[in-house]
Amino acid sequence: MSEILLRTGQLTFAYPERASSLFGRPAMREVVKRVDLAIPRGSVLGLVGESGSGKTTLGRLLVRLLQPTSGGIQFDGIEIGNLSEEKLRPLRARIQMIFQDPQSSLNPRLRLGVTLTRPLQVYGRLKGRQDRRDRAAALLDLVGLPKGFVDRYPHELSGGQRQRAGIARALALEPDFIVADEIVSGLDVSTQAHILLLLRELRARLGLTMVFISHDLSVVRVLCDDVAILQHGELVEYGPVARIFNSPQHPYTRQLLSAIPLPDVEPGWLDDASPIVPSHQQGSAA
Amino acid sequence: MVDLAVSGPIARPSQWRAGFARGGPRLWIGVGLVGFFVLIALLAPLLAPHDPIEQDLLSAQLPPAWMQGGEVTFPLGTDSLGRCVLSRLMYAARTAIAVALIAASLAAIIGIAFGLIAGMFGGWIDQVVSRLIDVWMAFPPVLLSIVLAAVIGAGLTSVIAAIVVVDWTRFARVVRAETMVQLQRDYASAARALGLSRGQILRLEILPNLVPLIVTLFAVEMGIAILVEVILSFVGISVAGDVATWGGMIVEGRQVIYQAPWIMAFPIGCVILSVIGFNLLGDGLRAALDPVQRR
Amino acid sequence: MTAVLAVQDLHVAIGPRGKAANVLRGASLEVQAGEVRGLVGESGAGKSMLGRAVLGLLPANAVVQSGTIQFEGRDLLAMPEPERRSLLGRRIALIPQDPMTSLNPVKRVGAQISIMLRHHLALSKREALERATELLTEVAIREPRRVLDLYPHEISGGMRQRVLIAMAFACDPSLVIADEPTTALDVTVQRQVLQLVERLRQRHGAAILFVTHDLGVVAKICRTMTVLHAGRVLEDGETADVLVKPRHPYTRALLAATPRADRPAEALRPVPPALIESLWSEAHRLDRLAVAGPA
Repeated sequence: MSEILLRTGQLTFAYPERASSLFGRPAMREVVKRVDLAIPRGSVLGLVGESGSGKTTLGRLLVRLLQPTSGGIQFDGIEIGNLSEEKLRPLRARIQMIFQDPQSSLNPRLRLGVTLTRPLQVYGRLKGRQDRRDRAAALLDLVGLPKGFVDRYPHELSGGQRQRAGIARALALEPDFIVADEIVSGLDVSTQAHILLLLRELRARLGLTMVFISHDLSVVRVLCDDVAILQHGELVEYGPVARIFNSPQHPYTRQLLSAIPLPDVEPGWLDDASPIVPSHQQGSAA
Repeated sequence: MVDLAVSGPIARPSQWRAGFARGGPRLWIGVGLVGFFVLIALLAPLLAPHDPIEQDLLSAQLPPAWMQGGEVTFPLGTDSLGRCVLSRLMYAARTAIAVALIAASLAAIIGIAFGLIAGMFGGWIDQVVSRLIDVWMAFPPVLLSIVLAAVIGAGLTSVIAAIVVVDWTRFARVVRAETMVQLQRDYASAARALGLSRGQILRLEILPNLVPLIVTLFAVEMGIAILVEVILSFVGISVAGDVATWGGMIVEGRQVIYQAPWIMAFPIGCVILSVIGFNLLGDGLRAALDPVQRR
Repeated sequence: MTAVLAVQDLHVAIGPRGKAANVLRGASLEVQAGEVRGLVGESGAGKSMLGRAVLGLLPANAVVQSGTIQFEGRDLLAMPEPERRSLLGRRIALIPQDPMTSLNPVKRVGAQISIMLRHHLALSKREALERATELLTEVAIREPRRVLDLYPHEISGGMRQRVLIAMAFACDPSLVIADEPTTALDVTVQRQVLQLVERLRQRHGAAILFVTHDLGVVAKICRTMTVLHAGRVLEDGETADVLVKPRHPYTRALLAATPRADRPAEALRPVPPALIESLWSEAHRLDRLAVAGPA
């Protein structure tokens, strides 16, 4: 169980700051700073941070939609951090991503049947038209959608149904590793819980290894074994779920936990502890 | 499992019918007008009462049949050389539609190719294509066509060439921008994460999303091609005088505008109606082809 | 205590004539002076629509079919338009959901605040500037003078929301409609913003109708709450009572489906699809009754 499927070493991503100086090299802005992760096979890592923490960038690095500026990513013993697109292609089938906004992550002009089986088609795993329909139907079934949805367009689905379809596509190639980026944040509470439980069930059934990115610590608790807290691109705390929630070490983790409004009446919550901190002005006078 | 909102199957009428409903009256009027001119163009030899170049100097400048002095054999009157205006309009429609179709197709093919390449690859390739388009568009289009026609010589081919050379940028610009927008969407990222090559992403994922846009542009471009043909005829570098074109008829009519205004009025009417038709068609198709009802 | 706001049996439908869909199906609620009432529901519940109806800002294709909206004892729906408009921003204010789009991007923050102050309170330019500075200080913005000179894109999302809150309370309104004001914010910023809203409410003595989907936020800031589903009020009462002993199965299910950072994963119970389905079918049954009934 302790075999590490994905490991990052000093993973860093920076992009050139726009128009920082007219001549000479533009200054680099680091959004992910020297991150070390070790994700055991079959486990789920929660990646938590607020806006600007670099969590989405980190997620896109892990599936190599982005190329690291420095540092490495080892997937199943293979260094993938600087592989070319060509060399990466055979590995792509084993590494998948589920996107935040299913509205934009499903091609609006393709029926679900086509979108879901596109991965199989690309890897030549389809045997004719009937096989395509069968495989699509099986995938829909896996995520709890009616088989009749193969002929539907994304706009004919509700938000929760679209997110299920997004999950189905990621599962089509039976990957080992999935990055899920804020996939429940746009959903209603009632839908959200269904999706969370679906992921938990799929994970147990298919032995998936996952990185679950979220801004919401409460959601992370439902699904994850380990939690990594990111602040301004840096890993500030990383450990097992129980430890992070029961005895958070880093002040930022504590601040995050105490800021979550629990659905309990708590008279002092609005005027206690952290008084209104005058916020820093941002982006001005650049 | 039920995820709120949509419970039970949605009744989905046939795709075409639903599309036409979204297109609304614009689409119907556009289809009607364009269909009318295309039909006339196709059937001109059967419908035209006279040979369009047959001259009858004795019955020159006859007014339309319903006006005083008109003759039933020339329903819309005759021009200065005694040629039947109606017949000439019909044959001119042939020229107009043919020029529009060929010119718009070629402009589309060239423009789309450049647009896709620039949008897909970005970087220096995009820089080169974009600058090329910028420089190209800095030339006054009519002037460019005139120069071109002067170089190749008058004739239908040079009219078509002039339109293509000027208007491919119209397609290239829009296709480039839209390709970039679509590439930003997560479904393109998802396709990359699945290991699709650039060519596959372009062909299988992006292109279907560009179809409504291209069809719309194409329809509008056909209207523009008709106008350009008129302009080139007007400055006298279109086709030879014996081939009937709307532009040519307007030029001829202009010289006798006070004596026989109808000679100029009818071709102008045809130009206006056909251009409106193509524009409405383009507009209507955009709405009709979009399966994603945007609120 | 008198009700600042009393909504009675409000029916609102949206969409083209003949195909309009009901979004509010006889919703009623009261907000007492100085009270913070949470209006809770999921997407499609009609909670934002109710807020907009009070403000008179329903979308163009929405129709109020029946019901009354009384503000300080006067029916807003029966009031002449100019009079109603004069209440907006002065007696009834809005804290909008999206701090990004709710400020004009091409105007400085100060100009936007002072336009409103001068319009409603007839202040001079100087007085308006003074007052704007005070307001920003009140919402804990350091260097208010400097911020007044900035454009909205030059300040952070949290600060933009503070500016909007300051503007909402600027004219001492007796009712503030807060439409998901913290949904777009990070949790740590959310807490500060909620603290601010509460502080300003106490100082200015306004009542708040707080529209949100987040039961946690309701628990922290609202004394009373109304649970909305499919445009109907399912439950209504003191927040402390509703959250501890929810009477309606839907409220109970929502609570059980909310992930909690203080409880292990096993506690999570998704909302049974059958419950949602039965609520919707009940709503649709009421629709049919309404159509068949009085006609």
